[in-house]
Amino acid sequence: MLPWLLRRLGQIVPTLLILSVLIFGLQQLMPGDPALILAGEERGDPQVLAQIRAELFLDRPLPEQYLHWITRAVQGDFGFSWRIREPVAKLILEKLPVTFQLAVMAFLIALAIGIPAGVLSAVRRDRPTDWLVNAVALFGISTPNFWLGIMMILLFSVQLGWLPPSGYVPLTEDPLQSLATTIMPAFVLGSGIAGVLMRHTRAAMLGALGQDYVRTARAKGLGERAVVGRHALRNALIPVVTLGTIEFGRLLAGAVLTEQIFTIPGFGKLIVDAVFNRDYPVVQGVVMATALIFTALSLIADLLYMAVNPRLRTA
Amino acid sequence: MIRRTLLAALASLALAAAAEAQTLRIGLREDPDILDPTLARTFVGRIVFATLCDKLFDINEKLEIVPQLATGYAWEDPKTLRITLRENVRFHDGEPMDAEAVRYSLNRHMTLSGSFRRSEIGAMESVEVVDPRTIRIRLKVASSPFLSQLTDRAGMVVSPKAAEAAGRNFGNAPVCAGPYRLVERVAQDRIVVERFEGYWDAARIHIPRITFLPIPDSTVRLANLQSGALEMVQTIEPDDMKAVQANRRLRAVAYDELGYQSIVFNLGNGPRANTPFARDPRIRAAFELAIDRDAVNQVVYEGAYTPTAQPIPPENPFHIPTFRREARDVARARALLREAGVTAPVPVEMTVPNSPDLRQAGEVIQAMVQEAGFALKLNTMEFASSLQAANRGEFETYLVAWSGRVDPDGNTWTFIHSQGGQNDGKYANPEVDRLLDAARSETDAAARRALYARIFEIALRQDRSRVYLWHRKNIVAHTARLSGFVPVADGLIRPQGLRLN
Repeated sequence: MLPWLLRRLGQIVPTLLILSVLIFGLQQLMPGDPALILAGEERGDPQVLAQIRAELFLDRPLPEQYLHWITRAVQGDFGFSWRIREPVAKLILEKLPVTFQLAVMAFLIALAIGIPAGVLSAVRRDRPTDWLVNAVALFGISTPNFWLGIMMILLFSVQLGWLPPSGYVPLTEDPLQSLATTIMPAFVLGSGIAGVLMRHTRAAMLGALGQDYVRTARAKGLGERAVVGRHALRNALIPVVTLGTIEFGRLLAGAVLTEQIFTIPGFGKLIVDAVFNRDYPVVQGVVMATALIFTALSLIADLLYMAVNPRLRTA
Repeated sequence: MIRRTLLAALASLALAAAAEAQTLRIGLREDPDILDPTLARTFVGRIVFATLCDKLFDINEKLEIVPQLATGYAWEDPKTLRITLRENVRFHDGEPMDAEAVRYSLNRHMTLSGSFRRSEIGAMESVEVVDPRTIRIRLKVASSPFLSQLTDRAGMVVSPKAAEAAGRNFGNAPVCAGPYRLVERVAQDRIVVERFEGYWDAARIHIPRITFLPIPDSTVRLANLQSGALEMVQTIEPDDMKAVQANRRLRAVAYDELGYQSIVFNLGNGPRANTPFARDPRIRAAFELAIDRDAVNQVVYEGAYTPTAQPIPPENPFHIPTFRREARDVARARALLREAGVTAPVPVEMTVPNSPDLRQAGEVIQAMVQEAGFALKLNTMEFASSLQAANRGEFETYLVAWSGRVDPDGNTWTFIHSQGGQNDGKYANPEVDRLLDAARSETDAAARRALYARIFEIALRQDRSRVYLWHRKNIVAHTARLSGFVPVADGLIRPQGLRLN
């Protein structure tokens, strides 16, 4: 177990290093000179441009720039945002919980809608309920987030005045207000995933309901509720759970547009603004942090699999 | 018991509502950059600075220079400026604002690495403290625009003690002599300032707290205002004016900006300038004559903007009223193309920053010039990329805007002078250079105006180096409960006199 873990950890280091080179290299392909952006309306002054380049090491050869960044990054110092001069690490730690909260809420909403809807539509297969649920799911999947977001703002904030149209309040500051600010974006994010989950649950349930053990359960005289809930759903959920974890990972990355609409100061908004302002240290820091999170998650997942399935431990 | 609880709950609600009325929430178009007067560069940042940092001078709604931390000025000779300072002014940290602090702040602009103010006050040679209330600034050359620079960030005075202590991180906790001081800033979320009780002009500050919220999407920004989550928004789109005007609880104020929208022609920046279009001013004249500015303004901006032919807006005293835009004349445009010996369709490419309104404007222009014999190809690009392309000469024409400056020099020199840093098309005419330099050092307003009239005649009408299209509008919207807002063309929201009922 321990050698395996050490080996896994050992693999992470080169993975992250290769990734860091990729991030750094790809960024250089972005058109738009950061010095020009940073100089703004002062871009006409060559002295200003030269000074910015010198200060940010942009006048050095690329390998040197990379080394400068990576040697500090491995010590946990991701540098300063060029735009607002705050440490990148601080920005990341500040924004991560925001997006995490949003993703968890969106996921809960997706589960709460997607799974019961999938079960219902499988049980009532080819009946009006099935068609209706399918239509709603299709709507959820195909509606663009920004359109749904703006429509919800117009309805719930402007017309009805029930919810704040945008912004964010941390859970620790005011839990109720925090829920009020995140419920609409969470719904927008969750609605698309709910549709996907519904479709997969339906398919898995239809498969399970046709199995022999379901027929046996029915033959035993079990009630329909127990057959569906206890026997079919449990088995059908296995592939759905796998899908769910993938979707959750995507949520963390996919909150970009929704955060932009609802002005939620999260991870997605951080990276979008950084890209448009060519704030390279922030872009690099955020992408590295995301990579780190995914690597850690996959390690945890592997550990969990081993806990569940002892046969894997010998592999 | 229940009644008492209910009463208490109601009382706390009322208190909460009262606290709400004490805060003015302003929606900004984007998150400001660093809040250090020396290092800052964004426009939205200046709106926040209007609450934090007073300047030596300010401008009023007639664009006149008026004293703020200064009480007056006098030119001892064309290269020597004496400024007298207000007494009993203190910084947020209690330190006195005096001649030494002004000298420190001006020198900080000149020496701090990464300073964006250096080029603005580049004419300055030295600052001397005459006495605690007087400074003398010596210039390298006579400069008419110099004083106007002190009405913006270059004129902001910072606490030397705080600035020395914080160094390059001063922007995270700026200490100035403005009516408000910084409480907190959460990047991309909010900037909160509260009233500074020791402010020298405290009688005109009525709102205890201001919160700035960056909301990039204009629809969402407006929705926040409509739902009462904001009391004011920095700017709305022209087509949202009607919605605001129809709402009894809201007010919209539209007023001309200091800048302009224009089309730059690449006349000498790299191989892309090697076209008949760049070589022959007659072809460019035909291009300009094919554009109906009023029609573009109607179609794209609901007629809200002010069509123009020059870089200086009408409310500026240096606007040249006799330099008018030509009416659209397709027949003359076609004749000019024949005269130039080119066969239609003449291929031209226009780089357009990727915003919905500019894209639409580009399409309307494309249709217009097509009738005159141009095949205009639009090259839409994200803004940062378009700037780089323009700088490197990777363009034929470029649809670009300028936020504008109070002094006419700030709208002309750097764009039309052959040495101008933002002369992306590399237009060069020695006579225009000479006239621009003369206008820069000319102190007599009438003589200066005559110089600009001559410059426009040569650089725009004769050489067709650039097309000016329109002056945009600042459209501020706010709740009807807010009073005392004075629109000034620089687009800032000055907190002095604002009241929230």
